[in-house]
Amino acid sequence: MKIVILGAGQVGGSVAESLVSEANDITVVDIEPQRLRTLQERLDLRTVLGSGAHPSVLAEAGIDDADLLVAVTQSDETNLVACRIAARMFNVPRRIARVRATDYLANERVLGEDGFDVDLSICPEQILTDYIVKLVEFPEALQVLDFAGGKVSLVAVRAFAGGPLVGHPLKDLRRHIPRVDARIVAIFRGDRSIVPDGDTVIETGDEVFCLAAAEHIREVMRELRRMDRPVRRVMIAGGGNIGLRLALALEERYSVRVIEHNKRRCELIAARLGEALVLNGDTTDEELLESENIGEMDLFVAVTNDDENNIMSSLLAKRMGARRVVSLINRRSYVDLLQSGQIDIAISPAQATIGTLLAHVRRGDVVAVHSLRRGAAEALEAVVHGDRESCKLTDRRVDEIDLPAGTTIGAVVRRGQVLMAHHDTVIRPEDHVIVFVTDKKNLPRVERMFQVGVRFV
Amino acid sequence: MRFLAVVNVLSRVMLLFAASMALPWALSYAIHDGAQAAFGYSLAATLIAGLALWLATFQERRELQVRDGFLLVALVWTVLPGFAALPLMLSIDGLAFTDAYFEAVSGLTASGATVLEGLDRLAVSVNIWRGLMIWMGGMGVIVLAVAILPLLGVGGSQLFKAETPTPMKDTKLTPRIAETAKGLWLVYVGFTAACTLAYWLAGMDGFDALMHGFTTMGLGGFSSHDASYAYWNSPAIEAVAIVFMLVAAMNFASHFLAWRRLSARPYARDPEAGAMLLVLALAVFAVAGYLFLTGVYDEFGTALRYAAFNVVSLATTTGYANTDYGRWPVFAPLLMLFLSCFVSCSGSTGSGIKMIRAQILFRQLLRELLRTIHPRIYNPVKLSEIPVSNATVFAVLAYLFMYVTSVVVLTLLLTASGLDVVSGFSAAVASLNNTGPGLGEVGPSATYAGLTDTQTWICTFAMLLGRLELFTLLVVLTPAFWRK
Repeated sequence: MKIVILGAGQVGGSVAESLVSEANDITVVDIEPQRLRTLQERLDLRTVLGSGAHPSVLAEAGIDDADLLVAVTQSDETNLVACRIAARMFNVPRRIARVRATDYLANERVLGEDGFDVDLSICPEQILTDYIVKLVEFPEALQVLDFAGGKVSLVAVRAFAGGPLVGHPLKDLRRHIPRVDARIVAIFRGDRSIVPDGDTVIETGDEVFCLAAAEHIREVMRELRRMDRPVRRVMIAGGGNIGLRLALALEERYSVRVIEHNKRRCELIAARLGEALVLNGDTTDEELLESENIGEMDLFVAVTNDDENNIMSSLLAKRMGARRVVSLINRRSYVDLLQSGQIDIAISPAQATIGTLLAHVRRGDVVAVHSLRRGAAEALEAVVHGDRESCKLTDRRVDEIDLPAGTTIGAVVRRGQVLMAHHDTVIRPEDHVIVFVTDKKNLPRVERMFQVGVRFV
Repeated sequence: MRFLAVVNVLSRVMLLFAASMALPWALSYAIHDGAQAAFGYSLAATLIAGLALWLATFQERRELQVRDGFLLVALVWTVLPGFAALPLMLSIDGLAFTDAYFEAVSGLTASGATVLEGLDRLAVSVNIWRGLMIWMGGMGVIVLAVAILPLLGVGGSQLFKAETPTPMKDTKLTPRIAETAKGLWLVYVGFTAACTLAYWLAGMDGFDALMHGFTTMGLGGFSSHDASYAYWNSPAIEAVAIVFMLVAAMNFASHFLAWRRLSARPYARDPEAGAMLLVLALAVFAVAGYLFLTGVYDEFGTALRYAAFNVVSLATTTGYANTDYGRWPVFAPLLMLFLSCFVSCSGSTGSGIKMIRAQILFRQLLRELLRTIHPRIYNPVKLSEIPVSNATVFAVLAYLFMYVTSVVVLTLLLTASGLDVVSGFSAAVASLNNTGPGLGEVGPSATYAGLTDTQTWICTFAMLLGRLELFTLLVVLTPAFWRK
């Protein structure tokens, strides 16, 4: 597939990175030569210097025969104009734009066909915000993901001694909570993944991935660990785009404090926020943290755009008594360094945000893709089409399907109803199937299974 | 400074003002109430003076600047009462200039403090003139001039701001200031008509309904009866008065927008209206409960009726009374006097500190409290979710300081001239807030007639000071203003 990516920043870079590995022709456009150079050194792709909103630049990037335009520059307007030009002048079949301003999203005509003609708009900041809000709502979870429009949730929990199921085989889950239909789709023990079956015994320290209807999440988590008291006080380090969105999302339900070092930015976010307190200072200022009762915080979230700052302030907050600390960390090597350490949850913005975008690039009718364990594993929701002849899934029982190793079918959503997949569940056309892939190199095979064979056409 | 250009505009405002005298004059002729000559001479005098000034300064027509605006407003508000006092002097025997001028200022500033006794025996047209002064002064004579005369060009908005100052400077509701002024007056006229009709339906006679329609919407407490609203002793009339006093105490910009867009949303977005209604509701029930518990009234319903009318009347700076609340235990009238300092909204026909400033000050207080707990906090003062700049907060603080200083100085002057402390303090506050009646010697059952000439002039000055929100008048009195 030929793909043109506008913007070589954090988002553009990681989109390029994940698409390059899936064997596509990629051209990246940016106005900063430095950014292009670093990207080109690292990845096998072409770069074009210039503004993505200019037709001549787009033409140079080979938009004429591109299959996909991914406009993810910092500027909404550049992205929108590029989409419109790509659609009308160059007939690019699919166009994705990063749009941050809610004003553009408020009226669908702006992005629609008679507007800027955008197929899919994504806002990485909003995705990250939703991610963190889930962590505030479910403080016991490492990650909570939604499928099927919020009906099904996949939750990652670390098992702790004290959870009723810990030390017992999985088949006991049914006995413990008979009313709840839940399915444990994967267990990670250290770096190893275990394909769970009924006799697998959960040990303390396991990272357990469990699928259940959204309303049953809490009951399932209660099986795996002692529940914490709910979050009341949240401190957000960094009042940037994500910090502000997060504070806006949380301020009505929780007591929120935001620390921001830039005074102008402080004024701006204080004007936007109602209940949340805006504090001016360094997120690593021990005295400030102390005077703001860091020890009483249920959650400390470091969301500045500086990895080192986030890590240091999180470590400091943890040492000073914050119950749980969450940190945004862009660099993979830092994450590996830290995860088992004192930071409870390290979030990789790139991994967390590009799932939606990748879903659009995938073969097959993929509705949602979520990266798990910082990109090592993936959960995807896809729609089954065709019949028994043309598709490898349709009209088969789950135990008849030849899945690659480490891949589990977790749940099926049929006409809005959630069915947990058991060995005898039969998959029908138009079902949404939620598949869990523990080893990413099996992904292409899984995607191919959702594709309808040539015979069908 | 273009003094002659200012005088030229003044002369045209005077001609407009002379035209307004035609209404009582015509009325007087129609019903032969004996004041025909008084209005005829006054009209002629105002007309001639206006024309003379206009001819003298005809060559000097020029665009006015900010400074000229302040001077014009100050001149208009001191010169016009002189002419407005003429019909009163000519029609009422033995009324001295000091008292007539006081009465005219009290009318034009929509205060409602009176030096006249025997109001029931005054000529009908004189009472209508008293009401008309309040009505014109309530919305602002210059706003009227901007609306009617193609008078002031671009500088109009400066004059507008000088006459109706608010802490939030963005008073333009339409692209052109004349449109704004027209819109405000149209809404004002509409409400006045509705109010007059409601009074008439509730049982007033036609002239009383018109006169009280004028004074209710202008929020000045002139009545055509010595007993004020106790004359009718009618809950229906009092209810009408309460409703329209509340309407007049809201920001007319909200009324205007609501009327323009035919929706109630502007009221919801108005930061003041809700706060005003809340404060008034609390105060009414507090006073009613207090009067009931202290045994002033045997029934809670009666207490509520008197509390509601008098609290709303005083707090909105109107100044009607339906009973002698001066005889209530002093807590109640004192509370009402304090309420009059801040209850009415900016852009209304009321006076005082204004609700918007009170809100800004209150939020500033909360901000300082929070800052002592969290020294590094950033929390701007916000009104309706919109941050208020520090410059505005400082301006409001300066205003408050000036206001308190004025109260102190005026009280000292009045007590120095021989008034007792309750009368002196309440007269100072009531004049500065354009409320009208105070307590003690100037209470609801008495008038300002008992004051000496010095005291009357002090109160006259205080009313002008309050109507022009201190700074417009004071800035003209500073030497820096006159320096070239």
